[in-house]
Amino acid sequence: MNDRSTPSLVIAKKSDAAWAAEKPRSLWMDSIYRLSRNPGSIAGAIILTALIVAVILAPFITQYNPIEITPKERLKPPSTVHWMGTDSFGRDIFTRVLYGGQISLRVGIIAVLIALLVGVPMGLMAGFYGGRFDTLIMRVVDIMLSFPGILLALVVIAILGPSLTNVMVAVGISAVPIYARVARGSVLKIKEEMFAEAALLLGCSNRRIMFVHIFPNILGPIIVVATLGVAGAIISGAALSFLGLGATPPTPEWGLMLSEGRNYLRQAWWISTFPGLAIMVTVLSINLLGDGLRDAFDPRMKIN
Amino acid sequence: MLRYIRKRILISIPTILAVTLLVFIMLQLVPGDPAEIFLGEKYSTPEILAKVRHDMGLDRPLYVQYLDFLWKAMHGDLGRSLHTGRPVLEHLVIAIPSTLELAFAAMAISIVIGVLLGILSALKHNTWVDSLSMLVALFGVSMPVFWLSLLMIFFFSVKLNWFPAVGGGDLKHLAMPAFVLGVLNSSMLARMVRSSMLDVLNEDYIRTARAKGLYERTVIIKHALRNALIPTITVLGLEFGALLGGAVITETIFSRLGLGKLYIDSILSKDITMIQGITLFIALTYMITNIVVDISYSYLDPRIRYE
Repeated sequence: MNDRSTPSLVIAKKSDAAWAAEKPRSLWMDSIYRLSRNPGSIAGAIILTALIVAVILAPFITQYNPIEITPKERLKPPSTVHWMGTDSFGRDIFTRVLYGGQISLRVGIIAVLIALLVGVPMGLMAGFYGGRFDTLIMRVVDIMLSFPGILLALVVIAILGPSLTNVMVAVGISAVPIYARVARGSVLKIKEEMFAEAALLLGCSNRRIMFVHIFPNILGPIIVVATLGVAGAIISGAALSFLGLGATPPTPEWGLMLSEGRNYLRQAWWISTFPGLAIMVTVLSINLLGDGLRDAFDPRMKIN
Repeated sequence: MLRYIRKRILISIPTILAVTLLVFIMLQLVPGDPAEIFLGEKYSTPEILAKVRHDMGLDRPLYVQYLDFLWKAMHGDLGRSLHTGRPVLEHLVIAIPSTLELAFAAMAISIVIGVLLGILSALKHNTWVDSLSMLVALFGVSMPVFWLSLLMIFFFSVKLNWFPAVGGGDLKHLAMPAFVLGVLNSSMLARMVRSSMLDVLNEDYIRTARAKGLYERTVIIKHALRNALIPTITVLGLEFGALLGGAVITETIFSRLGLGKLYIDSILSKDITMIQGITLFIALTYMITNIVVDISYSYLDPRIRYE
């Protein structure tokens, strides 16, 4: 914000300062406090928690089996017996959506973990050591970024072959450059700080400075990007399964379920509609939470 | 300016070479012997296989194969499809117009919606208009492209019968896929335009313009928007690149015979040379788009050139 002279902002700053003086809090507590004041992120967190609980407790919520075929129940519209109807094999869609959530959330989280485990150390070391090492790493990142959108994931699938596990690896690898860049950018800022120089002067080893002193300080932006990344990874994972490059029948995977419902759009709209809705609600709640986290961790937003 | 352009092109040459190397190595990593895939069921004796491998040049050292691949690619020869036996370039030339058409139409739709929505929420900052626009944008970011496509097909093809569900060729076929991609891409753009517009509106020169007594419309359009749109060019460049490669899903759903569909079909049928050719083509086009974006960026914002 460049507009520092307007009176309202001065007041905001004063009250902020007064508030800080009353209750000294850490940066983390500060962020959590700001997060708790954001209605969007609260809504996102509540929906997401409900979803996770429902998905984990799936066997207790529904009495149906997600893959068992019941021919006489096929293509039944939504009713009190089958809340979301049944598919062409007579399987309960609601049950499949619940079990599918286990798969989609797992794909999202594991893909992001892979990306974090590879990308963050890359960015951390590139930013910390600088020089030729930095150039080399960033060149690798540039090359990875020259495959737009989902293409890099497709390339990885082409090499590894289609399967759900390979989808996680593919989506994870294709997100590595994002984390490498975020980590590097944050390190470049942090390493000029007094405490990092102090650690160096005290004779700390490079590894200790990187992981004990710098890493905790770049966690904020990484958590934000990772949260939004899970949302993106869930969509990419479902997209790959939709294309027939991931989960195989009869797995109750959301993207695959959508794809199976394609041929029944005319007779049974519910087959594709509910898994699609499930993806959107999940991704939306994660995005709401992620947006809230970003605002909470970004000090510039403090003024608003 | 010319010096900047030359520098920008020069530094991207190693990356381009590295991309070709990566794409070449990829061919080696894909399981399966291209000669065997090419022969398919006809494959009978080791002698025939050895002969085909020799004809395809697969018995030469890898670096020779790479240099040969690079040399031929520079001359527009990307090899032949293992399945149809026709040159990869020929397949590309047939697929590209359909993808380009879709990409441009989707871009146009996303620019109109995204820029309008972005400006609107920036001007009505912190009002219900702003909240609503950003909520719509958030929905757009969270909506899977394949689901929106299916919903569109369900309502506009199955129920209302306004547009054909699959195929390509004319405006009626283009309408739905272009709308889907345009709407989804506009969300990102709207958020970008909003934040950069908000930054610009706080600048001193906007206050000066207002203090001069200019009409608000002039201030917004001539002074604010022109500057606010500069950062969004990068987003547009990235979007265009992503549309070239990322229209994969849309093209598959609407059965448009574009690059994306060609790519998926090649992966599913293990047509290694096709995968290689398409990957190389998309990556190079994307890099060239980025170079053009950087250059136009530096033209619009001269401060960048001197860094």
